[in-house]
Amino acid sequence: MTSYETVFILTPVLSEDQAKEAVKKYESEIKSFGAKIKHSESWGLKKMAYPIQKKSTGFYFLFEFEATNTTVADFEVLLKRDERILRFLTVKMNEDHLEYAETRRNKKSGKAAPAEA
Amino acid sequence: MANDIRYLTPINIDIKKEKYCRFKKSGIKFIDYKDPDFLLKLLNEQGKILPRRITGTSAKYQSRVNKAIKRARHLAILPYVGDMLK
Repeated sequence: MTSYETVFILTPVLSEDQAKEAVKKYESEIKSFGAKIKHSESWGLKKMAYPIQKKSTGFYFLFEFEATNTTVADFEVLLKRDERILRFLTVKMNEDHLEYAETRRNKKSGKAAPAEA
Repeated sequence: MANDIRYLTPINIDIKKEKYCRFKKSGIKFIDYKDPDFLLKLLNEQGKILPRRITGTSAKYQSRVNKAIKRARHLAILPYVGDMLK
């Protein structure tokens, strides 16, 4: 079970709670595949550096989970099929990345309560 | 008295600033593709990646920087081209 980190962008057309609901759907979806979500984060509505599909802002979400590669493949098929998701990027985490994510989480939770989306 | 040679213009030997790899010195192990303000230090005004001869980073970390910047560009955290510093 290697750990992965996925960042995906939802279209700004959705309202706040629709976005949250979509994220919950994906969380339950990925759990049903047998993955273990370690941390999930939402950066809210952010301005994008360049417009994607004619939209210049988007809801950014981050998932950090442990899964097998088949699970990741299925998850990405889901993301690809959903037209609300503008873009996503899944990254395998090596130990430096894991360590960094750990310190980042402590620093973040030190300041603000972590947004358990 | 042989050495008091006076030059018309002062010879400007540019002081050789020792370049160093900022990642080795500060011990950064992982370059995060998610925080743009750190990556912006490694881009020029048009959003291009600064070469090693200017930043002085070692090859290992420069390839990691490239990968992180390209991931950030894919996620629209950094622009592919843009006048972001001005």
